[in-house]
Amino acid sequence: MSLSKKEQGFSFYWYTSWRMLWRDWRGGELTILAIGLIIAVTSITAVGFFTDRIERGLQMQSAELIAGDLVLTSGRADIYDYIAEARSNDFRVATTQQFRSVVLADERLQLTEVKAVSDAYPLRGVVRTSDTAFGDDEATTGIPAPGELWVEPRLLQLLDLEIGDSVDLGTSTFTIRKFIRYEPDRAGDLFSVAPRVMMNSADLDATGLISTGALVNYRVLIAGDSDRIVKYQAHLKQQLRAGEQVLSVEEGRPELNTALKSAQQFLGLAALISVLLAGVAVATVANRFSNRHLNTSAMMRCLGASQDTIIRLFTMEMLWLSLLASTVGCLLGILTQFVITELLDQLVLKQLPPPSLQSLVLGYATGIVMLIGFALPPLLSLRRVPPIHVLRKDVPTRPPSVWTVYLAVVFCMSLLLYWQIGDLRLVSIVIGGIVATLAALASAAYLLILLLNRLRARVGVAWRFGLANISRRPGSSVIQIVAFGLGIMVLLLLSTVRSDLLDNWQSSLPDDAPNYFVINVQSDQVEKIMENFDEMGVVKTKLYPMVRARLVEVNGRKISTSDYESERAKRFVTREFNLSWAEEMQPGNELVMGQWWRQQDHNKPLISFETKLAQTLKLAVDDVVSFDINGSLMDFTISNLRSVDWDTFNVNFFTVVSPGVLEDQPANWITSVYLDKEQRKQLDKLVREFTNITLIDIETIMQRVRGIIERVSLAVEFIFLFTLMAGLAVLYAAIQSNQDERRFESAVLRTFGASKKVLMLGLFAEFTMLGALSGLLAGLSATSLAWLLAEFIFRFDYQFDISVALTGLVSGILIVVIAGLLGTRSVLTTPPVQTLREGRA
Amino acid sequence: MLTLLHDINFNIEAGTSVAILGASGSGKTTLLGLLAGLDTPTDGAVYLDDHNLNDFDEDGRASLRAELVGFVFQNFQLLFGLTALENVMLPLELAQAPHPRKTAEELLSRVGLQERLHHYPNQLSGGEQQRCAIARAFSTRPRCLFADEPTGNLDSETGKRIIELLFELNSEHGTTLIMATHDIELSKLCRQRIRLKAGSMLDNEMD
Repeated sequence: MSLSKKEQGFSFYWYTSWRMLWRDWRGGELTILAIGLIIAVTSITAVGFFTDRIERGLQMQSAELIAGDLVLTSGRADIYDYIAEARSNDFRVATTQQFRSVVLADERLQLTEVKAVSDAYPLRGVVRTSDTAFGDDEATTGIPAPGELWVEPRLLQLLDLEIGDSVDLGTSTFTIRKFIRYEPDRAGDLFSVAPRVMMNSADLDATGLISTGALVNYRVLIAGDSDRIVKYQAHLKQQLRAGEQVLSVEEGRPELNTALKSAQQFLGLAALISVLLAGVAVATVANRFSNRHLNTSAMMRCLGASQDTIIRLFTMEMLWLSLLASTVGCLLGILTQFVITELLDQLVLKQLPPPSLQSLVLGYATGIVMLIGFALPPLLSLRRVPPIHVLRKDVPTRPPSVWTVYLAVVFCMSLLLYWQIGDLRLVSIVIGGIVATLAALASAAYLLILLLNRLRARVGVAWRFGLANISRRPGSSVIQIVAFGLGIMVLLLLSTVRSDLLDNWQSSLPDDAPNYFVINVQSDQVEKIMENFDEMGVVKTKLYPMVRARLVEVNGRKISTSDYESERAKRFVTREFNLSWAEEMQPGNELVMGQWWRQQDHNKPLISFETKLAQTLKLAVDDVVSFDINGSLMDFTISNLRSVDWDTFNVNFFTVVSPGVLEDQPANWITSVYLDKEQRKQLDKLVREFTNITLIDIETIMQRVRGIIERVSLAVEFIFLFTLMAGLAVLYAAIQSNQDERRFESAVLRTFGASKKVLMLGLFAEFTMLGALSGLLAGLSATSLAWLLAEFIFRFDYQFDISVALTGLVSGILIVVIAGLLGTRSVLTTPPVQTLREGRA
Repeated sequence: MLTLLHDINFNIEAGTSVAILGASGSGKTTLLGLLAGLDTPTDGAVYLDDHNLNDFDEDGRASLRAELVGFVFQNFQLLFGLTALENVMLPLELAQAPHPRKTAEELLSRVGLQERLHHYPNQLSGGEQQRCAIARAFSTRPRCLFADEPTGNLDSETGKRIIELLFELNSEHGTTLIMATHDIELSKLCRQRIRLKAGSMLDNEMD
């Protein structure tokens, strides 16, 4: 039975909850809650805005690698049917036609890769040209004028021509005007043997080269606003006819994708750590907030407030707080990303698309979810405070069920992670990892506290008091050690491990990474080329053989494109493989399955496949594959599968066979080398001596990838500042968490005559031990975490470093003692009578 | 299970003043809590204004308290985050009384704290805190006022003035006053005295 009671109207809750918020704010109860929320929301929105903008910006920039945002490609001219539609959608459009043809100069012939381009080409990026073969190049606007050709330097070397000479192409005569040094969309066919010739597409018909049946690759390049491009791409994909393909930036350059992906992972990780840490800070202070409001709630119950009234009031108070803090966080987030993008704008990116508002939604959602998940469970327990609590403090209050609190926290963490990562499996792994780490930290902390207790009998009064404080409240000490440990761990990760992570990432593309590919070297030239490189002072060169082969049978069964569904598999069945041979596995390759050949296996027909290619072609270890090599069939048994790091710009092969099998076959040799500016000047001599070899300059692409890595590293460092602030908030919250109890106990001790010095020593002892325990745990977890991150997420080698654990120990003691003593100075300065009069909070 | 109170049976007339007298640990505070509906007995019944408190759930009793009951505590129980004025306004706001600020200001003037409206509890002396608590207790014009050792934390002179104030307001508002105390002198000011010893009622004396 319940008395007919007055239902409180919304205006009552609205008014009272705002007043409660104002009072608690004034009383300093909400500062850390608000700071925690603001840090989380700021970092999540800043990263959200920033990655969104930079992603679209980089996409625009990397679009130059396909010379547009989208490329439609086909072997038939009717791909041009799409031009009108693209133009009507206000996209910019250009076209290219590529085919092989022979250039004739004074009866000397040379097969070339001709590319006829239309006016606006390239839509993204620039063509770089020069007037001398290996001299300084410059960005060029425009395309070859009618009647003119731009050519790759080696064409002139092959034909012994100079700029200004004339050549015939088809039935037309052209003047050679410039050297092509860099062509944005050349990346896709770096290894084409024939040199490039670029002409104006207006001249194409007159050459008579494009006749029915000619092998021509027609391309329509499209560029425009990034949002609309994404939609248009989806639209195009549905329209495509047989033989037509649409390429976008993502499909353009895998190594750029990797850089972008790592960038996002770094930024996302930094933001997530900030959010989770801020969550820990919020949860820690929410507990104290709830404890300090036990009396308020009991008093309100005495004064007639129902359980619902209390819970609604506190919930609304928290809602207002989260809305206010989220608003501040979002504003700071917008400001922060402007600062970062401004910084980066000046470095490289010329223009970025404006921020989209999606991140704002994410910001508010984060604020609300965090406060509800981390702070509400302890507050909910306030509804169960018995009103008799005001008369009799010994009546126990029922704390919230530990499981409720933890489940809420885990649920909200998962929600936030899912938002960020969008992969349920990964979220489960991360959450599992976090829970396991926390459990491990907590158990380790508990064991250490038990050990500590044994020390008590052997130390003086002040230390005994300090150690007793730790072991007397094992629960709250464990929470403090874990919170301190988390805070210090992040500081450690930031100060030592972060730079390792970023350095490792940057060094994955070192300054002396190969910048030239030398291909088409004949077997009898290998030694001489090596001698030449030695003379030039080139280090780390090795030439790799390649034998052209076509895959025709698998396990004795002939294969054709119809055996495979995937486009990639079909392409591999029709194209030629480059079979290399090697005694040792190449650096950067890793054995995934099977065994690399031993000495005694040499001369046996064994083959190693790149693991993804094997998957595509549905091949496994011990399968027998037959290749057509120069007209004769050779069988190879697959002895192993390798993973290959394609991002290194080193020479790598999909297929490698054991030595002693292919040596008699005619082979082409290939290498990649790093050439500095001086060495590059000597290339002229090299290509004149070996007229058949081809040099491919990949410096520009590498600069671009390196640029992205450098820029994003800077942004990551900036975002990590928030993580640092969140770490400090956790430390502060941990110190605050049992401040009231400490103050009360100190007051009691002082009434018994304990001097300030003894109290100070006691606190010093307590914080020293807390700091040592948390620092040690933090150091160990930081190295383990860094190793996990390096091994499984960023995929590079990480060296264990014992000094990190020691730094943890020392910095733990320093940080916790300094912060602890500063944070608890009121314990010593508040007159004991005042503390005792206020009573145990 | 420990039995805290047993064999207790008495009536209290509306408008009277009652002292629950006993030494520390005799069960005064527990009894006061039961009478005010802050707790329920495991056995037996408490009737407040003809309502059997056992018939109500916790929210029902809260509602009843809002309507009928006021409290004064030994350690004042002012909310530390709130000013004197806000402390007095709180029950009025919870009861959605009209003009809570005006009523609270009047009551605080009545108890002599008109100059201390915006002070926080820790800026008030013990006597001033208890005056504020008394103003709060009377703010909703309760039919019944429960006081737990109201002078227990005060020196005798201040205590005396607080008791005078409590009784003055009690007679002005026609409230039933039920006070737990161990002070025999103080209990003599009440018209009815219930003496407890070790959880049971020794006597129930009326003037």
